[in-house]
Amino acid sequence: MQPFERITSQVIPLDRANVDTDAIIPKQFLKSIRRTGFGPFLFDEWRYFDRGEPDMDCSNRQVNPDFVLNKPEFKDGQILLTRENFGCGSSREHAPWALSDYGIRVIIAPSFADIFYNNCFKNGLLPVVLSAEEIDTLFEEVGPGYQLTVDLKNQTITKPDGTQYHFEIDSSRKERLIEGLDDIALTLKFADEIRRFEDRYRQRMPWLFSEPASL
Amino acid sequence: MGKTLYDKIWDNHLIRTEPDGTSLIYIDRQLIHEVTSPQAFEGLRLAGRKPWRSKANLAVADHNVPTKNRDLGITDPVSRLQVATLEKNCAEFDIPVFSMDDARQGIVHVVGPEIGFTQPGTTMVCGDSHTSTHGALGALAFGVGTSEVEHVLATQCLWMKKAKNMLVSVEGQVGEGVTAKDIVLAIIGKIGTAGGTGYTIEFAGSAIRALSVEGRMTVCNMAIEAGARSGLVAVDDTTLQYLHGRPLTPKGELWEQAIENWRQLHSDTDAQFDRVVELDASQIKPQVTWGTSPEMVVPVDGTVPDPAQEKDPVKRKSLERALEYMALRPGMPIQSIQLDKVFIGSCTNSRIEDLRAAAAVIKGRKIASTIKLAMVVPGSGQVKQQAEAEGLDRIFVEAGFEWRDPGCSMCLAMNADRLEPGERCASTSNRNFEGRQGFGGRTHLVSPAMAVAAAISGHFVDVRNF
Ligand code: SF4
Repeated sequence: MQPFERITSQVIPLDRANVDTDAIIPKQFLKSIRRTGFGPFLFDEWRYFDRGEPDMDCSNRQVNPDFVLNKPEFKDGQILLTRENFGCGSSREHAPWALSDYGIRVIIAPSFADIFYNNCFKNGLLPVVLSAEEIDTLFEEVGPGYQLTVDLKNQTITKPDGTQYHFEIDSSRKERLIEGLDDIALTLKFADEIRRFEDRYRQRMPWLFSEPASL
Repeated sequence: MGKTLYDKIWDNHLIRTEPDGTSLIYIDRQLIHEVTSPQAFEGLRLAGRKPWRSKANLAVADHNVPTKNRDLGITDPVSRLQVATLEKNCAEFDIPVFSMDDARQGIVHVVGPEIGFTQPGTTMVCGDSHTSTHGALGALAFGVGTSEVEHVLATQCLWMKKAKNMLVSVEGQVGEGVTAKDIVLAIIGKIGTAGGTGYTIEFAGSAIRALSVEGRMTVCNMAIEAGARSGLVAVDDTTLQYLHGRPLTPKGELWEQAIENWRQLHSDTDAQFDRVVELDASQIKPQVTWGTSPEMVVPVDGTVPDPAQEKDPVKRKSLERALEYMALRPGMPIQSIQLDKVFIGSCTNSRIEDLRAAAAVIKGRKIASTIKLAMVVPGSGQVKQQAEAEGLDRIFVEAGFEWRDPGCSMCLAMNADRLEPGERCASTSNRNFEGRQGFGGRTHLVSPAMAVAAAISGHFVDVRNF
């Protein structure tokens, strides 16, 4: 996983509340057995007028010129600014895969759906929660050329005029993101502790460990 | 101070807590399906890892499987590869799997409880947000992403932060024709799709206790639509009766030991909740969603709302957008909405009780000539067999419904079952998002009884006067 430290980039405004994971990446793309290649299909139903299919060549598709990712001044942004409850709906990790495959590194919103929020950290994506007022201000100010600097170490967002917003993040999530660590390897450092727990637990709840012959 | 049911299950599975509150939690059970697992198995392979405990997992293909002509196999090569990959991965990692031709195959969230894989007091995950369903049996069950599927496979644990406690209490008795689906839609209408974010919801009150385990599953299934990763219902005699004798539930001595433990699985009387929401069951009417989010819901005798009445500009915009997508006008009576298709199925409402309720309404009647397709997709092979033994399939077929094989089907339209652009559907599923049931399709969420009543009439009707 790509380590995360600090990013300065154009902001992409997506002024919608409750953006669900079906909108982020429609289900036909979930048939893939890979983790990559979802970027061209990010927000597929909003980005194109025709229906997208896995593995299709997007260069000849009918593009919706009004959708923000299709505007040249925003399309290379790495910071997505959006509204409340972003990422609601299904647990599909294909949503953060699509966002990061497209090039998004930071999502700023007043709130996120729980599972999506969790999934972001596994994929080097930083979800930032700001207050509703701060989000309103950013939406008023954003436009072509509007860049923010997101500094994970100091937990700050710096606006073009130099003012800063602070954001909260759990220290363990922050550390993992900064170092780009493999979660499983970290957990397996506690393997003995897990085993000791499991042994005690098995004695208390033996019925959960009686493996059925019939399966 | 007393503990909530959630506190009890959490404490029982807590291995360690870091200074910032992030905790390592033991996971008892994992359900696996074909869509969110291939990359997890690939991750194990690349790192040379083995499952921590293979038999703590159970896999079944459901999202992509065809619901008719199954003997011909899957025609879409991409879907076929995904289902074949699941079977290959399960063979390689020694994980029990119900293949497409197994009589026990079905939607993961229907299969888990019915074979007794879901048990009270356990922690249970699946790479699927509707894992909350299993909370109906007093299990702490929640959806995870693919990286966490891999993490559980490799370590039997997850890192998580404890959620807050919410109590949703529904007291009183619901009226005739009002079901578990209407209760949960009314709850979502009240607290909103983000109302439960950051919480585990315990559903309680006399109206919840009066529900069967199947009905409780319908309620917990949609906890995620209220923003909560998990929904829970306390264990009671109804739960124990449901569990008794299922293939994987403990037997004999172990059963006695288990039920002694399970009987403790309820919130203590002096437990504190961070938020309490109360509903009066007698006030709940059959519900119909009109928009593109489950919170956009009104009673069947209501009208489509007018965005002009909404003061918050962000909300107003989303109401306007939803009306445009759904091609509805403000002020239209819900009962004037005409339908093209009707779908009875999904992990919300495809269990035997749902099919019985639908069949009772439709018996001896025919679907309206304007309905292009009405289909019943049982939640599992066992539900299908049971329904056929009771003759329900005949009732549906005689009324003009198609009787299909089990799977997710038109709940999310990953297989061939889907809406065409502009088509309008009464659906017993759980999500009415844009494009959910097919590109450009329009979904209205309702109970099974309301869906079949709409199929007969061609438009929504109040099943209470039907
Ligand atoms: S039936 Fe629908 S909601 Fe349930 S698991 Fe399948 S796709 Fe998901």
